[in-house]
Amino acid sequence: MTGKMIKIYLYTRYERSWHWLQMVLIAVLLVTGLEIHGTFTLLGYETAVRIHNIVGISWLVAFAFFVFWLFTTGEWRQYIPTTKKVLEVALYYSYGIFRGEPHPVPKRKDAKHNPLQRLTYLGVAMILLPAQMVTGLLYWTYNSWPARGLDGLTLGMVAFVHTALAFGILIFMVVHVYMTTTGHTVFAHIKGMITGWEEIEEGTIIEDWEHKSKGDYPRPTPDPKIS
Amino acid sequence: MKRIPNKKAAVCLVILGLVSLMFFSGSFAEENDQAPGRSMADQATKGVEHWSTTDHSKFPALDREFDSGTEITEACLSCHTEAEAQIHKTIHWTWLSPYDVDGTLGKAGYSINNFCVSANKMKDTECTHCHVGWKAKEDGINCLLCHSQKDIKWRDEFADYHFFKEMGDKEIADEIQTKIRDGAKSIGLPGRTNCGNCHFYGGGGEAVKHGDLDASLVNPMKTLDVHMAIDGQNFRCTRCHTTVFHRIAGRVYSPPAVTHRKSLVESDLVPKIMCESCHTATPHKKGHKANDHTDRVACQSCHIPKFARAHATMMWWDWSTAGKLKDGKPYREKGEWDRPTYKSIKGSFKWDKDVTPEYFWYNGSLSTITAKDVIDPTRPVWLSKPAGSRDDPNSRIFPFKVHRGNTPYDKVNNTMLTMLESEEVDGFWKTFDWQDAMQKGMAIMGLPYSGEIGFVKTNYVYPTTHMVAPKENVVDCIECHRGNNSRLASLTGFYMPGRDHFKFLDILGWLGVLAAAGGISLHAAGRYIAGITRRKEK
Repeated sequence: MTGKMIKIYLYTRYERSWHWLQMVLIAVLLVTGLEIHGTFTLLGYETAVRIHNIVGISWLVAFAFFVFWLFTTGEWRQYIPTTKKVLEVALYYSYGIFRGEPHPVPKRKDAKHNPLQRLTYLGVAMILLPAQMVTGLLYWTYNSWPARGLDGLTLGMVAFVHTALAFGILIFMVVHVYMTTTGHTVFAHIKGMITGWEEIEEGTIIEDWEHKSKGDYPRPTPDPKIS
Repeated sequence: MKRIPNKKAAVCLVILGLVSLMFFSGSFAEENDQAPGRSMADQATKGVEHWSTTDHSKFPALDREFDSGTEITEACLSCHTEAEAQIHKTIHWTWLSPYDVDGTLGKAGYSINNFCVSANKMKDTECTHCHVGWKAKEDGINCLLCHSQKDIKWRDEFADYHFFKEMGDKEIADEIQTKIRDGAKSIGLPGRTNCGNCHFYGGGGEAVKHGDLDASLVNPMKTLDVHMAIDGQNFRCTRCHTTVFHRIAGRVYSPPAVTHRKSLVESDLVPKIMCESCHTATPHKKGHKANDHTDRVACQSCHIPKFARAHATMMWWDWSTAGKLKDGKPYREKGEWDRPTYKSIKGSFKWDKDVTPEYFWYNGSLSTITAKDVIDPTRPVWLSKPAGSRDDPNSRIFPFKVHRGNTPYDKVNNTMLTMLESEEVDGFWKTFDWQDAMQKGMAIMGLPYSGEIGFVKTNYVYPTTHMVAPKENVVDCIECHRGNNSRLASLTGFYMPGRDHFKFLDILGWLGVLAAAGGISLHAAGRYIAGITRRKEK
């Protein structure tokens, strides 16, 4: 730990495009969804419904690409849950951060998520978002439920879950946006997600368990350009 | 990390293209095309211009003097040999529901409303002015009511003719005779005026009964009715009210409801033309949500945003105030739209214009209360009510005019009362004597009467199906899909997006959002203060 900041290329072009595209899609879905829910009037009900449907389906398609990317690149390993150092990270955000202590699990290439992020993102990407997509799709196909043998469902049930999950996503977004300000500068993480380059302290060590790559997956060699 | 700018640009372009494709596919593709339902309807109504090999003005049988209506009818029947027998089987003649064998339902039976209540088995002569006979069921059928292309008050003209003839005023008598003959020679299929002369004036005045049928439909503009508009399709009533052997489709007395929603596109032998017959069950542009609504929401619910859009219609009739006299004489008062607000002979009225319909589940038939049925006077009595429910797959949400009233009933027997009204038969309008009118009326009906008259709040419904507005004026989604003031607020038992919320979920959800926002604010403040403190310490 030298304290000197160096840049590492952490987010590939696809990841960044996907991240911001998903941000836009979810923001539009939240706004139109809340309008349909009756929270406010903005675009008009009919327009809100049409946009919500189109954007919802677009999100589904884009998400399929993301899942494909996740598994073909092995990036899914970044989401493997672990309890290691979770407490330390939690402690850091609730205590250490105020004392200016360093992050217990800083970002490194091949280990871009800390344990708390892993758990959160796994929950979001594996449960929250897919469940929202499934209920949204059900909502959208309401008229063909009887033909698909879904007579037991009522629109009320689907609407309940869809609304509850929407609140969950909104809460996640609020906290997520705030967490981006906890880097070494307020906008450091956002800059990282735009350019792909995150600044980390030189000499940061990646512990073995943190590597996304396991087994016969090639070990990363230090990039001569950044170290 | 080696960068290849061209590749980057290409990838960006591909992503951008994909995304925009997702966004706009479908939403603009068919923007300028006509909705399929309209194209189908255009197709279905193409080339329907009626043509005939007959010119009635050239028939010798009609080129003569007519001393009575019956003589004209005889002339008609000399060629149209089966017409009378056909008419005698129709509800226009019997005034009894063809679906009810005991003769209970119908104007000539025990059916009642909260207007003039009952025709007292056709003995209340004022009511029978709208019967298709020359004098109720006596003196034969009156073909001219429906088929003369001249708008003539036939009964009045013949009465005048006889009056002046007997007075010896030959000139005026001849003038009237010429008018009668011209009317008898000018024959065609029924037009809007023919049907309207009764159906626009039901309940004793223009726009009293139906909210969607009044004299404004004689020559409506497209904004009032796209189908009958003189600047639009210019349909006659019979364009949709199809007719077989003089039996005209479209009645809604009791069952059976029209269960099959067959389209003309599937078969040209539908017994009753409905919207779907021409417009199909998926009339909107492909992908439009409204196509998903047609299984549960009737076309009329969205396409007739308001009824009584040109002329005010009666919404309230209070019989309890009837009978007041000024200087021993009956009087009347007028209000907004030049409509009567009080008549000694009938009581008080309320009228309204541009009325938002009330919505009910409706399977095509009405459940009604007759003069024989026992009622519960402690709450408003639905003399007629739409039959159907959400659980019935043949029911749809349908718009109605609900006419409310304060209507006489028997306080002992708990039945509705049918007073005799017409002056000609010494009814209430001549005597202003409730007891006398009730005794006479109930005696004609053959029903018991205790002598105790009360007044009960009543509702009577009319399905709203005419006055279809242009598509620009269709009911906006939000009018139903909102929590406050939803048009469908009264239809419960199902979740409707925008209208319904799970209140505790909303509270919990927003509390969660608020807690998150509060938490991060505190955290941010903590970091800020801690940062300052640290810098000071250094």
